[in-house]
Amino acid sequence: MPPIHAPLSTATTTRRVEFRVWRGDSSGGQFQSYTVEVTEGMVVLDCIHQIQASQASDLAVRWNCKAGKCGSCSAEINGQPRLMCMTRMDTLPDGQPVTVEPMRTFPSIRDLVTDVSWNFRVKKRIKPFKPRKPDNPDGSWTMFQVDVDRVQEFRKCIECFLCQDVCHVLRDHHKHDEFIGPRFLMYSAMLEMNPLDTENRIADLKHHDGIGYCNIGKCCTKVCPEHIGITDNAIIPMKERVVDEFYDPMTRLFRMFKPR
Amino acid sequence: MNALDRCTVHEHDVIVIGAGGAGLRAAIEASAAGVKVGVICKSLLGKAHTVMAEGGMAAAMGNVDDRDNWEVHFADTMRGGQYLNNSIMAERHAKDAPARVRELEAWGAVFDRTKEGKILQRNFGGHRYPRLAHVGDRTGLELIRTLQDHGIHQGIEVFMEMTVVALLKSGGRIAGAIGYDRERGRLRVWKAKAVILATGGLGRAFRITSNSWEGTGDGQALAYHAGAELLDMEFVQFHPTGMVWPPSVRGILVTEGVRGEGGVLRNSEGKRFMFEDIPDAYKAQVATNEEEGWRYVCGDKNALRPPELLTRDHVARCINREVKAGRGSPHGGVFLDIGWIREKLPNASDHIKRKLPSMYHQFKQLAGVDITSETMEVGPTTHYSMGGVAVDGQTQASCVPGLFASGECAAGLHGANRLGGNSLSDLVVFGKLAGEHAARFAKANKAVEVDPAEVEAHVAAIEAPFSRSGGENPYAIHAALQDTMQDLVGIVRTQSEMERALEAIAALHARHAKSSVTGHREYNPGWHTALDVGCMLTISEAITRCAIERKESRGAQFREDFPQKCAECATFNLIAKKAPDGSMEVHRRPLVPTRPDLAAVIEKMK
Ligand SMILES: Cc1cc2nc3c(=O)[nH]c(=O)nc-3n(C[C@H](O)[C@H](O)[C@H](O)COP(=O)(O)OP(=O)(O)OC[C@H]3O[C@@H](n4cnc5c(N)ncnc54)[C@H](O)[C@@H]3O)c2cc1C
Ligand code: SF4
Ligand code: SF4
Ligand code: FES
Repeated sequence: MPPIHAPLSTATTTRRVEFRVWRGDSSGGQFQSYTVEVTEGMVVLDCIHQIQASQASDLAVRWNCKAGKCGSCSAEINGQPRLMCMTRMDTLPDGQPVTVEPMRTFPSIRDLVTDVSWNFRVKKRIKPFKPRKPDNPDGSWTMFQVDVDRVQEFRKCIECFLCQDVCHVLRDHHKHDEFIGPRFLMYSAMLEMNPLDTENRIADLKHHDGIGYCNIGKCCTKVCPEHIGITDNAIIPMKERVVDEFYDPMTRLFRMFKPR
Repeated sequence: MNALDRCTVHEHDVIVIGAGGAGLRAAIEASAAGVKVGVICKSLLGKAHTVMAEGGMAAAMGNVDDRDNWEVHFADTMRGGQYLNNSIMAERHAKDAPARVRELEAWGAVFDRTKEGKILQRNFGGHRYPRLAHVGDRTGLELIRTLQDHGIHQGIEVFMEMTVVALLKSGGRIAGAIGYDRERGRLRVWKAKAVILATGGLGRAFRITSNSWEGTGDGQALAYHAGAELLDMEFVQFHPTGMVWPPSVRGILVTEGVRGEGGVLRNSEGKRFMFEDIPDAYKAQVATNEEEGWRYVCGDKNALRPPELLTRDHVARCINREVKAGRGSPHGGVFLDIGWIREKLPNASDHIKRKLPSMYHQFKQLAGVDITSETMEVGPTTHYSMGGVAVDGQTQASCVPGLFASGECAAGLHGANRLGGNSLSDLVVFGKLAGEHAARFAKANKAVEVDPAEVEAHVAAIEAPFSRSGGENPYAIHAALQDTMQDLVGIVRTQSEMERALEAIAALHARHAKSSVTGHREYNPGWHTALDVGCMLTISEAITRCAIERKESRGAQFREDFPQKCAECATFNLIAKKAPDGSMEVHRRPLVPTRPDLAAVIEKMK
């Protein structure tokens, strides 16, 4: 039986591209050069795989879906935080070497793989979803699409941590102990805006999560591969709620009488 | 130092191998039963294959069409599986799925809504009524994130980026598992009273696949070597619509949701070829013309479904036929067109982007195609394994005491062909069941000691690729296996080709035994591939042997030399098991009998 898919030979032109890939671990490392045969449609991750298969079988890289759905293949390509599987070679400048290095905000493990475990610890600290009692006898709730559009926008997050990588509060100021980063500010906002949720995370956002460190510069929003409005739709509304609850005298008065 | 002393040792009541939908749901259930639970996974938490599922999760809630109920879902599942399914499992699945979906909502999932504010359900192939609860085309992400975010607060210990290489046994019972952590390459032993396999699929054994690197059939291979039985391994689902161009994205899935939302298949002559070949079992359920098909998509209860929404096995073969007959697309697929609905809907472009956002981005970014106005090129891709570890339909227990399995790595629910959307529901229904029974087993039985000699042998095997030198690169062996399976045991099969495949697999076994890797133990993908290839060789052999033994065409298996169904073959499943001499033996097992009341349901729905 002939293969159902056209053989690779229908691919058009091949060009040779120099890759400069960071190799190393927590003790240090350097860029190493490789030459890759690039054909139509290839993405950066394909090139990394080609290097792995033919030149450096021990080159460490994370990936899973190859379709921008799992958020595993985050890296810095020509200095930009991006998903390797969604960065097409024909969108990068021709005739120049392509540099690929790990996310710099997180400790190195090896080559392109970083230690992102801090993110998992942070998430665990955030108060979990706590729904109101079901509306219907079968245990379900009545909710309308308009009420969940915003929450669904936030739930598109693939946890690639590119926004965490780019945020200067973490990257330059290393406030990992006091600041949870854009991903988790947005995660908290997602829970707060869920129409079913009964928990309150506003005090945590102010006192433990460091929302005040965010200067709403929107670097996080710019790199988000899911195009989530992290700053405008999540962080700013949460900042407003912090202000309402902690600085607005009326709210404060109200809080004195309303037990939590 | 003896081998066991070189391993970091962990102790749990229940160990779950796999953190996809099935593994996480099992872990949550076992933990709720009050036992100490650990979960091991090869990737980071939340990245398992389940995250890629797109179209939705089947559950007869009847939110969109109130004629739906568990009986219809049950009958659809059995018909789709060509009646080789375990009817007890199909019954439980159909009955429990709605409650499992609602439970996800209670844990924070946010599904798309109907106008009345209920969970919205969409059409999918082989499902009589709109049945798939979904979130756009990223339902798997919603499922896994919900279970993950709920699970991390249940006191479950998670071992990320660790790979289990073998199960440990003692006195015929499961004693634990052994493997390594990817990060540092250190050896690990997990002692446990019960082990749940939830390792997912095996698509990576084929060249063109929708599966991620994790889908290497580990659980099936681990179970096989521990003495468990594999069931229905010949049934590998080739999803009809994978991307075919550009080459680097070949195989990546194009959700059936595209067809559920009105997408149609055309050949190079512009013809909707699916109307030309409608199987008898479905004649009464399929639209007679294009206009009726569209009305069905729009929710007209009196209209019948368009033929693009027939079962996957059939659609994949029709595409194959068109391509072979020279009526394919430029890159060897056919055309899938959703943009045509512009003729019917004023705001079609926005509608498509809202209903199929990740498909829109996937094509735009990876293929430079705007699906709201241009056609996609698609062709079959290796997608799902109906076969897997044989389990008891009431408990998910394998024949090895203490070993359970659920999710894609287990078998029984889907028979010869799985309906789209029936996997995500499978994960939570049977994940829960496995968790419950594994916890019960762990409470009822004392731990057994691991055998140091066994550990020693496994450690030697794990480290062997480093101790050899000058051998072949494991990537080359993997690629050769993928070619073998794709070309000789693919969508159309014959005896002679499959016999050649068996010879090739044997030769690859020999090459694999000599392969070597270089570099460090830390995060070394070459080494990891060397170990994964071992699993893929085992399950490839099982697939091929079972496919040879089933001398008929049914469901996902199409044999050119036996193009018809055979009545006798409708009476058994095939079992692959390790013989005492270490060779693989395949035998027939009569189907699990269908209770008369369930048989009556099937009859009623025919
Ligand atoms: C692109 C795509 C779209 C799909 N869309 C749908 C859909 O719309 N509806 C539907 O119902 N189904 C769909 N499916 C099928 C469905 O997603 C899968 O069958 C299902 O997610 C499998 O889940 P699982 O829990 O069994 O395993 P997986 O999610 O595959 O998880 C397996 C887990 O096991 C771990 N593991 C594997 N081997 C080892 C080992 N040796 N040691 C330690 N850990 C190990 C992995 O790391 C992973 O955590 C789709 C599949 C694909 C590929
Ligand atoms: S907007 Fe705030 S969270 Fe986002 S990158 Fe800037 S400082 Fe960080
Ligand atoms: S918010 Fe966007 S950038 Fe941040 S982790 Fe999620 S998907 Fe990635
Ligand atoms: S591999 Fe999944 S996002 Fe890139």
